[in-house]
Amino acid sequence: MTATQLTIGRGPVRLPRRHIPVLATLALLLVMYGIGVSQYQAFSNIQVVFNVLIDNSFLLVVAVGMTFVILTGGIDLSVGSVVAMTAMVSASLLERGLPAGAVLPIALLIGPMLGFLMGCVIHFFDIQPFIATLAGMFFARGMCTFISGSSIPISDGFWTSMSQTRIGDPRGNFVSISVVIAFVVVAVAAYTLAYTRLGRNVYAIGGNQQSALLMGLPVGRTKIAVYTISGLCSAIGGILLSFYTLSGAPLIAVGMELDVIAAVVIGGTVLTGGSGYVFGTVLGVLVLGVIQTLITFDGSLNSWWTKIVIGGLLFAFILLQRLIGIRYK
Amino acid sequence: MSEWKSRFRALAGHRLFWPVVVLAVMLLANTVYRPGFLAVQMRDGHLYGSLVDILRLSAPLILVALGMTLVISTGGIDLSVGSVCAISGAVACLYISKQPDQDSLGAMFTALAMALGLALVLGAWNGVLVAVIGIQPIIATLILMVAGRGLAQLITEGQIITINADPYRAIGLGHFLTLPLAIFIALGAALLIAAITRRSALGMIIESVGGNAEASRLAGIRSGRITFLVYVVSAACAAVAGFMITANVSSADGNTAGLWIELDAILAVVIGGTSLAGGRFFLSGTILGALIIQTLTTSVYAMSISPQTALLFKAVVVIAVCLINAPAFRAKLVRRKPGLPPADVSGDQRKERVPA
Repeated sequence: MTATQLTIGRGPVRLPRRHIPVLATLALLLVMYGIGVSQYQAFSNIQVVFNVLIDNSFLLVVAVGMTFVILTGGIDLSVGSVVAMTAMVSASLLERGLPAGAVLPIALLIGPMLGFLMGCVIHFFDIQPFIATLAGMFFARGMCTFISGSSIPISDGFWTSMSQTRIGDPRGNFVSISVVIAFVVVAVAAYTLAYTRLGRNVYAIGGNQQSALLMGLPVGRTKIAVYTISGLCSAIGGILLSFYTLSGAPLIAVGMELDVIAAVVIGGTVLTGGSGYVFGTVLGVLVLGVIQTLITFDGSLNSWWTKIVIGGLLFAFILLQRLIGIRYK
Repeated sequence: MSEWKSRFRALAGHRLFWPVVVLAVMLLANTVYRPGFLAVQMRDGHLYGSLVDILRLSAPLILVALGMTLVISTGGIDLSVGSVCAISGAVACLYISKQPDQDSLGAMFTALAMALGLALVLGAWNGVLVAVIGIQPIIATLILMVAGRGLAQLITEGQIITINADPYRAIGLGHFLTLPLAIFIALGAALLIAAITRRSALGMIIESVGGNAEASRLAGIRSGRITFLVYVVSAACAAVAGFMITANVSSADGNTAGLWIELDAILAVVIGGTSLAGGRFFLSGTILGALIIQTLTTSVYAMSISPQTALLFKAVVVIAVCLINAPAFRAKLVRRKPGLPPADVSGDQRKERVPA
């Protein structure tokens, strides 16, 4: 791969062209953090960074799953609903007195199952990913209210301990267990994409599905696999969200799929597929988190500015991808 | 006997057959569940009844879906319509709420013109991103979908603007010739779009751009201009739908007005048989699709199931209709029953799929 990479610039520093979006995101993140530190004294506290991680750990896990799907050129609209459904299922099963050891596997199985079904519908019946996952989104959101119309609190010992355990240094800075889990997921996903056959297949299908098929790659299996992976990541995200909120609510994480897609795109993954990194997605999620923190620190800006800024950033990054000429279909 | 069979086959092969069957089954189920469902009463010179309600409530969705049909037929997609609904409704309501006399017709038309003008600008923004800069439609319109919600809240300053203007309310709740005015607005828009696209070459040009933009350009069609145009039309349709949605409740809420209407509209288009890959469009199918979605919503409400649980039914209907319409699924069914002729896998359906 490295031998054929296009490069720009003639100086001693040669940047592979496909790394530029990720580097731009990194630069943006550093600039935004720098602005925060220069404007607000409390911003330089390392706990601010940790809080961004704690508040966005579930978003990070879901965005990693979405990266797989978008790399194949598909899209998964069901993630927000699956997150909510997983949290609801765990909360309602715990309420009925099931032990945490039994609830976890059940909750973690539902998401991948739905993902697998959506993948099958997409592959075998040639239904657009947009429509198939839209149906999945409706289904999962409907299941949430079917389980319960109102929010269910979780008082299980395992859940509360996961929620309250702090991993930190003696000076009082800490992260939650969710952050550790999220980074484990990131590491596994990055390894899978970079060093396994599945990962190569994902990039190949995103690059050109026809060619991948002609090369004899298992296109169908890979496509079903990415939606299953996305479902699994959403399920893990749902569990992390239930750790975070200690409840299951039917209307939680509405519209989360947009944040997730925005994070993946800001992270430099091209929506037509074939180009992007998990590391970029991590940066994209952090950018969204830092924007929210900046707006909270400012105090005079209202919450809707978050949306406007995210929209503006999306525009800037897509324009950047366009300008540096990453292949668009 | 075989003549009947072949006639039925020809009928079942019609692209509107299954959507009509689904709609009929839903109406039938409603009538069985609630015998008074089909009754339409005359009260104060206006017609009332569940059927009239379904028509009235589906008017905004029909409008948005009509614009969406044109966008989808060029191989694009417009996710920003919900936000455009919210913005146009917010602008119109904000202007009217600032007037000393809210009932004045002049104020209303100024408000509508301002909001429609802004919507056209937003549509032009989408069009420029897609046609000039060449950004993928789903992501180009995602920008306005996310940012537009914020803009709508910025316009209303996070509040719900309530107005007390009779002429504006008439857009959503008024009556004309015993039927709700909203039905006539939607019908008028449908006829206008149908007349322009099907009684001139424009419709065919749009389809050819959807089939292959580059080939159309080489054939002498200004592909870029057509693509730009459909996004502007879509935004204009969304703006009128936004007026209806806000007029229905006489208030503008930047957060919820037109929320998720883009998904319903895309569904309506797909149920109506228009392929997301572009290249063909069916306006009648789209209207039927919008009616199916609204009938489903209304009947679920009538059975006093919560609106969120209604999504379960929606998921089932979506998958069922899409599977029935999918050539791959039909082909698989046919293979199992060797007696039937091979499914009609026409050229446009074999076209390579666009991402998402």
